[in-house]
Amino acid sequence: MSTLPVAAGGTARAVAPRTHRRFDFARAAAYFQAAPLAIVFLCFLVFPIVAIVVVSFFDYDSVQIIPRFTLENYRELLFSKVTWETYLNTFRFAAMTWAATLVVGFTLSYFLAFHVRSTLMQIALSLLCTVPFWTSNIIRMISWIPFLGRNGLLNMALVRLGIIHQPLEFLLFSDFAVVLALVHLNTFFMMIPIFNSMMRIDRSLIEAARDAGARAPQVLWNVVIPLSKTGIAIGSIFVIALVMGDFITVRLMSRGQSASVGLMMANSISLLQYPAAAANAVLLLILVLGMIAGIVRGVDIRRELTGANPGGTATNE
Amino acid sequence: MSTRFDVELIAVTKRYGPTVAVDNIDLRIPEQSYCCLLGPSGCGKTTTLRMIAGHESVSDGDVLITDQNVTNLPPAKRGTAMMFQNYALFPHLNCVDNVAFGLKMRGVGKAPRQAQAHEFLGLTQMTAFADRLPSQLSGGQQQRVALARALITKPKVLLLDEPLSALDPFLRGRMREELKRLQSELGITFIHVTHSQEEAMALADLVVVMEGGRIQQADDPRHVFDRPKTAFVARFLGGHNLVPRDGGTELAVRTDRCRLFAIDETVEPSLSGAVSAIEYQGTRVQVTLDTDLGVRVVSHLPDEEFYVHPFHIGDRARLGWSHADAHPVIAN
Repeated sequence: MSTLPVAAGGTARAVAPRTHRRFDFARAAAYFQAAPLAIVFLCFLVFPIVAIVVVSFFDYDSVQIIPRFTLENYRELLFSKVTWETYLNTFRFAAMTWAATLVVGFTLSYFLAFHVRSTLMQIALSLLCTVPFWTSNIIRMISWIPFLGRNGLLNMALVRLGIIHQPLEFLLFSDFAVVLALVHLNTFFMMIPIFNSMMRIDRSLIEAARDAGARAPQVLWNVVIPLSKTGIAIGSIFVIALVMGDFITVRLMSRGQSASVGLMMANSISLLQYPAAAANAVLLLILVLGMIAGIVRGVDIRRELTGANPGGTATNE
Repeated sequence: MSTRFDVELIAVTKRYGPTVAVDNIDLRIPEQSYCCLLGPSGCGKTTTLRMIAGHESVSDGDVLITDQNVTNLPPAKRGTAMMFQNYALFPHLNCVDNVAFGLKMRGVGKAPRQAQAHEFLGLTQMTAFADRLPSQLSGGQQQRVALARALITKPKVLLLDEPLSALDPFLRGRMREELKRLQSELGITFIHVTHSQEEAMALADLVVVMEGGRIQQADDPRHVFDRPKTAFVARFLGGHNLVPRDGGTELAVRTDRCRLFAIDETVEPSLSGAVSAIEYQGTRVQVTLDTDLGVRVVSHLPDEEFYVHPFHIGDRARLGWSHADAHPVIAN
């Protein structure tokens, strides 16, 4: 196999001088085909981020942004205790949400992929999982309030059943409520990539494991989980990125009693301190990218995205 | 024939809803034998194998392995190991860990299980590839790893699902010899599912020809070829002419026992017809005759015999055989 690219490279070099002077249509076509996506990324990803980075170095006062280079925004941000407490709290939410969505998402995917036999039923059930997405995030969050409130459905039911005597206070406007809502909103993003990975697992591998004497938990641990790793990684990236940037869930479900980085930025913006918010956004971006880099290092995500068959065979000996 | 059996199927049936995949079959496989389940696709051979393995439940009947009723036991408790058609190697584990998998599941420590895995990789000549992932191996190499993985649990019966069908003809021949060698060296029973009669003839002590979920014939290869019980077996094995007779039977005559004669010779028994095809096949010549009865028959003639009195396409000729070579078979 190793001789092949060398040979191909040699041929390309040999003909290169002749084709070089002419206009290379194949190359031009390739750039042309890539252009639409490149333009979209440039307009909606690169430019906004560059703008944020630039603004994060601007000065400001209570009424306007002053386009003058300063490091003051970063100095204020990095040397404030509140910043790091808020970040710590956000990491805490992210970690708890990640753990919960992983357990719930993995379990649901496992059920869908391995216990639901008919493809029709699989499609029907995964569509059912998308039903909550037909309403807005806000509505989905708000609908927890009558359920979890002091005189809400859950407390009333528990009191009536005699399980508790006093309504539980921690259910709503608490960290518990925040994490619950975050899990509710984000489990789907964990579940779908894991389900996708699981559907690619050759069923004969499960049989082979059973044939070799593996009991159900051993099959899960030694075959299903390792082969779902890419799905777990992709789902984790989704969930962590979404939770780290969240502000509305934290605001609504804690009624302002918990802080998150997103909320901090929202507060800066409401005070028209755009450069401070921008500096915070840059810091958050760096930290989240670092977390994603950590996840990607452990798992070959490209394989999942390109759809290469993990059980694939090297062709020639 | 010994009196003990490694595998016994007693009135085994497999139903999927209203369809019957395996229909009330009885089979006894003597100890330390090489058994081939032979038949066209959909004949129930793979289902039968999977029922022996425990990967498919049995709708009715019993499966006995070395005299123990295993009908309701899980695969690992039966003393069987299966080699899957696509090899089913774990893509995330290298060869050693693939082979050691069964020992790991049984709680064998890392060092002893890897030592044993190396030993079994040696048995299938794969030691040099121990650290490779399955995706870095060719089909033939993957198969050797799969074989080592199946053997490491020391099964009493090894089940092979179309093990050679994915290999090129050259490798297939080599693996065939190697399977036979392993079977006799290890002294265990191999049950090998195949649709190739050539493979079954070459390997088996016991050929089980299946069709429509039933066993058509189970016997040693020479008996199956020389004395096919049914027209299906004769047709499926090839190398037989089927001559219609009265009373729901046909006559099966090996094509290499049939001779061609000039149309005006008196030969009994014989069929007259016109030569419709002649193929030179090296050691022999295959002459096809469209008979006046409407059936097509074939004669395989030694090449030197054919070229003494060659026939040409369109010639009238007579196909004759001796009574001793003709066997009545059940028409089906």
